[in-house]
Amino acid sequence: MAVCVAVIAKENYPLYIRSAPTENELKFHYMVHTSLDVVDEKISAMGKALVDQRELYLGLLYPTEDYKMFRKLHNSYTDVMCNPFYNPGDRIQSRAFDSMVTSMMIQVC
Amino acid sequence: MDAPEAPLPPVIYTMENKPIVTCAGDQNLFTSIYPTLSQQLPREPMEWRRSYGRAPKMIHLESNFVQFKEELLPKDGNKALLTFPFLHIYWTECCDTEVYKATVKDDLTKWQNVLKAHSSVDWLIVVVENDAKKKNKTNILPRTSIVDKIRNDFCNKQSDRCVVLSDPLKDSSRTQESWNAFLTKLRTSLLMSFTKNLGKFEDDMRTLREKRTEPGWSFCDYFMVQEELAFVFEMLQQFEDALVQYDELDALFSQYVVNFGAGDGANWLTFFCQPVKSWNGLILRKPIDMEKRELIQRQEATLLDLRSYLFSRQCTLLLFLQRPWEVAQRALELLHGCVQELKLLEVSVPPGALDCWVFLSCLEVLQRIEGCCDRAQIDSNIAHTVGLWSYATEKLKSLGYLCGLVSEKGPDSEDLNRTVDLLAGLGAERPETANTAQSPYKKLKEALSSVEAFEKHYLDLSHAAIEMHTSIGRLRSAKFVGKDLAEFYMRKKSPQKAEVYLQGALKNYLAEGWALPITHTRKQLAECQKHLGQTENYLQTSSLLASDHHLTEDERKHFCREILSFASRQTDSPGQKIVLPLHCFAQLRDLHFTPSNAVVHVGGVLSVEITLCSQMPMPVQVEQVTINVHFSIDKNNYRKTAEWLTKHKTSNGTINFPTETSPLPAPQNNLPALELYEMFERSPSDNSLNTTGIICKNVHMLLRRQESSTSLETSSGVALEDGAHVLKCSGVTLEPGANRITFRTQAREPGTYTLRQLCASVGPVRFVLPHLYPPVQYDVYSQEPQLRVEPLADSLLAGIPQKVKFTVTTGHYTVKNGDSLQLSNAEAMLILCHAENRAVIYSNTREKASDALLRVQSSDKVTSIGLPAAPAYHMIEFELEVLSLPSAPVTGGESSVLGMTESHRKHKDTQKAGQCMATTDHKVSIDCPWSIYSTVIALTFSVPFRTTHSLLSAGTRKYIQVCVQNLSELDFELSDGHLVDPDSNADLRLVPLNAKSPQHIRSKQSVFFVWELKWTREPPPSLRCRFSVGSSPASGGRLSIPLKPYTYEFQVENFFTLYNVRAEILPPSGTEHCRTGSLCSLEVSITRLSDLLEVDKDEALTESDEYFSTKLMYEVVDNSSNWAVCGKSSGVISMPVAARATHRVHMEVMPLFAGYLPLPDVRLFKYLPHHSAHSSQLDADSWIESDGLSVDKHVDEQPDGGGGRCRGSAHLASGGEHRGLPMPRLQALPPGQVFNASVGTQVLVIPSKDDHVLEVSVT
Repeated sequence: MAVCVAVIAKENYPLYIRSAPTENELKFHYMVHTSLDVVDEKISAMGKALVDQRELYLGLLYPTEDYKMFRKLHNSYTDVMCNPFYNPGDRIQSRAFDSMVTSMMIQVC
Repeated sequence: MDAPEAPLPPVIYTMENKPIVTCAGDQNLFTSIYPTLSQQLPREPMEWRRSYGRAPKMIHLESNFVQFKEELLPKDGNKALLTFPFLHIYWTECCDTEVYKATVKDDLTKWQNVLKAHSSVDWLIVVVENDAKKKNKTNILPRTSIVDKIRNDFCNKQSDRCVVLSDPLKDSSRTQESWNAFLTKLRTSLLMSFTKNLGKFEDDMRTLREKRTEPGWSFCDYFMVQEELAFVFEMLQQFEDALVQYDELDALFSQYVVNFGAGDGANWLTFFCQPVKSWNGLILRKPIDMEKRELIQRQEATLLDLRSYLFSRQCTLLLFLQRPWEVAQRALELLHGCVQELKLLEVSVPPGALDCWVFLSCLEVLQRIEGCCDRAQIDSNIAHTVGLWSYATEKLKSLGYLCGLVSEKGPDSEDLNRTVDLLAGLGAERPETANTAQSPYKKLKEALSSVEAFEKHYLDLSHAAIEMHTSIGRLRSAKFVGKDLAEFYMRKKSPQKAEVYLQGALKNYLAEGWALPITHTRKQLAECQKHLGQTENYLQTSSLLASDHHLTEDERKHFCREILSFASRQTDSPGQKIVLPLHCFAQLRDLHFTPSNAVVHVGGVLSVEITLCSQMPMPVQVEQVTINVHFSIDKNNYRKTAEWLTKHKTSNGTINFPTETSPLPAPQNNLPALELYEMFERSPSDNSLNTTGIICKNVHMLLRRQESSTSLETSSGVALEDGAHVLKCSGVTLEPGANRITFRTQAREPGTYTLRQLCASVGPVRFVLPHLYPPVQYDVYSQEPQLRVEPLADSLLAGIPQKVKFTVTTGHYTVKNGDSLQLSNAEAMLILCHAENRAVIYSNTREKASDALLRVQSSDKVTSIGLPAAPAYHMIEFELEVLSLPSAPVTGGESSVLGMTESHRKHKDTQKAGQCMATTDHKVSIDCPWSIYSTVIALTFSVPFRTTHSLLSAGTRKYIQVCVQNLSELDFELSDGHLVDPDSNADLRLVPLNAKSPQHIRSKQSVFFVWELKWTREPPPSLRCRFSVGSSPASGGRLSIPLKPYTYEFQVENFFTLYNVRAEILPPSGTEHCRTGSLCSLEVSITRLSDLLEVDKDEALTESDEYFSTKLMYEVVDNSSNWAVCGKSSGVISMPVAARATHRVHMEVMPLFAGYLPLPDVRLFKYLPHHSAHSSQLDADSWIESDGLSVDKHVDEQPDGGGGRCRGSAHLASGGEHRGLPMPRLQALPPGQVFNASVGTQVLVIPSKDDHVLEVSVT
């Protein structure tokens, strides 16, 4: 079950962030933001060791007793990027992407 | 379950466990060998090949040798592995057959039977041979040794089950060999036994596991079985395999919990759902927590007990495996997992109990790891432990909040009760840590004991966590912990300590553009700043929050009111200004100038309209909105002159400002691109290069400090400019959303005004936009009055009325009633006054303001144009008609040759050769009311006609033809063409042969007039003529004034015919026609038509005895190459000067082509002797050809050349003065004097009959 899906720009600002229980939105924002520490670490480690670069899953990013987060929506993200009207760096407002995220959240709930 | 046999001593589960090997037979013998055996056995590793495809392992074997007892053998179904004897050895030293038969054999048989009864097949018989003993017993036959007997008796086809150990206690090579063979055998047997027994055990275990869906299945039972296996692996020091057993148990259990959550509950799980009563944390200091193990064994363990025990075992094994960091990582997962599982299983947990458990566990894990690692290792692996640290911090925090330790007042009684309950759940401290000062248990107890102790522990932990996060670069996590700390400080009413953490976190969120955390942190910061009394910062944060769309409307209004109430409160203490950045209060969207080009003259009114988007949630009354303007004078710049500004600055007047994207961070790479320009500085005197370089035009954008743009929270850094030039607008109410505000200003001083700052004042609060970007300017100019006169059409035509436009740009001058332009009249140009001349007054922006009647008064010298009154910076436009009179001398004698006024021909027109019009300039001097100086204006008029004349002859009759060519674009009507002789020579008559007038002459066309010249007496050598014709525009309607006729004067000379030249070609005698290729005769006869005349008097004339003759040269030339002249083609003849004197010349010519061929030309020249007395005079105006006797061909190519060669100037073909040699000269006869009677005659030539040659030319 996904409770929060976030796509983060390489400058670390959120391109897209959505969480299922909206009342906890702030908490998720904090959580996703903090997890960027680990993302940073893992990505910089990727450069050093010859980790398989095609492995896009970064694993557990943030220790939480409440939820387990994961990140798997790369394909849909690629679609968004392929949209010629999308300006890389803008916030994602694609409806297709949104519904994909919704389906991800509902999937296991 | 199967309980082990009652009297068995409890197995001590430690590292000391070794596989059990029983020893039977001669105990004394074994005792003597045991030291060597136990020492030698583990010395060499043995490869353990494993079932199920598991990788083989090298293993060092050790054994626990115990005396054989039947009880040791497991009964059927006993699953205990640790107490399982893997190998049974029978030791004997017997070397005597007798003894063997008597005792040993029986003993062996008994032993074997016992083993067989327990179906144990792992046995070995060791026969120790002793040389010393053998020597004593001499009757021993080597052939039938005891070994053979034993093999024979017991080792049925398994002779290797009996091993000989020779002289084990001696130190000889034989002994060594024997030992090696024995040890190998022993190890192999042991491993075989392991493989077999463990394999069997695993199979049983799997079978048991497969039954887990059956109702009576118990996880705890299964746990014990698989743990047995783990123990054995641990015993064999196969920790990896041991860990796998626990991991499998872990995964199995987790899966059950998850399935339970999904509604698929197993009965046995309900055991684990008992309410949590004890939360004393993990215990990792003992290899095996027997207490917990027994609980599991008794199926009384709670979930936490099971998890604790499982983890402690995993921890132990991981530490054996030197993987302490995995312990930390797994610990965090375990703690999170347990919290989740308890939630999932809906286990009732007293509030705070889990926090205690997690806190204790975290610290326990950390201390355990610290216990087995040195400082350096720990420091370099913070990344693994920091999670536990911050988890512990977090849990302690929530415990503190729960127990009322985070407040000013301290805990109340309810809090205290809760604390007591929590502490009760911890139980007593365990003996292992009782003596440790910093044990987790003691820490927690102390932390919960008092507010101060809690603060100390919490701060210690927080700081440690922040420090660790920071040290490994996890700044966001550090900030997050810091935010918790800030919250704590706020609760403790120490906002000054909280501020730095909030600022730090906020800066981080701003830099990375996280809107919700920004809003939340800002809200906290606002509270903090309010407590700290940082008015300016608080107001700024408030304004940011009031404009924050992530807050609710009410919250935003609250912060907006905070600002407004401050603003209204502070009015009594004047002078104090709070300067805040504008962008959070309102945003400048666009700016519009009226007039739209943002150029205004001195005294003009400029309005600036701005759109300000208020970010506030409610209407805000702003006392004053001001724009600070910077004034600069740039007088020397052409771009700042009135002409340039009014013409070139044409924008639509609207400037859009980029909307500030507040939540998005300004990424580091978003800097504007460098705008670089080359720069050359030249010396003013000689324009040589002084310096060159590159200028960056947007330095101010690039070299801005990066920090200040993001940390607007701390200090606004906005300086309020005080300038003399300010645009103001008072009493504005800014509604939420777009507001339009208009500023008006009257331009005073000319120059450039740059809008700098925008400032909105609310009480003492100033919201300031420090820089307007893109830069906005308006220009104020002052202009001198100007008069411009220009023709309405492309060019003005002379002779007919033409319109000229007058434009008066008033500039700063105000035209009053009575002001007039005084035009001094040019002689040949009239200004035509009409009754209804109107002047139109335009405003500066070309809008028509009014029109007025123009008063034009003309006197002889001056025309006065009364200007209508017009304000400054307006334009007066009117048109006047002017007429350029064809002035008398223009077509005078000297310019009559081609009818062109050469002197006035404009240079640029010369390229068009004869097709352009002659021009005349008229200069008009105008006195303007605003200046003491006269303005001189030159008007250029073009003469629309070009007139040429020519003299035509027919024998002795003469005609004068005048051609009038219309060069203009207009059509004209010509009337009353006259040709008169101004000298009114009575002997001459000019008879017109013209069509009736008027004649239409279209643009670019010509009209010819012809007169016959008749005379009664001998005509004069030259004749002056004046041609005049009236002209008027063909479509002009009636003209107000009569136009003067167009005149053209010219002179004809030598028009009287002196010689008649006649040429004739005769076919050869006897033939009718000329033939190609055959010679024909050319007869030329030159006849003098008159007696001696004035014109003959030149040096060619020779006189002798009243008899005059002149020398002529003839030349036959065929330019079209139709004829080949055979023999001499030219010759000099002496011609008597008398009427009818004739000279005949005969020549032979040959036609080259067939057909009607024109005759060759016959030319006549005067032949002047070289000893001419006039030669020097002639030199002056004749050109000398360098080739001796060549003739100027020009003369002949001008068939209709007029008789009037002006002053006889040009064509003297002469070789006279060539290099000083006396040469005769030729002078062409004026065409009027020679009449070629045979011009145009043709002769028929027929092709010759023998002409077979066909010429084909291929190109």
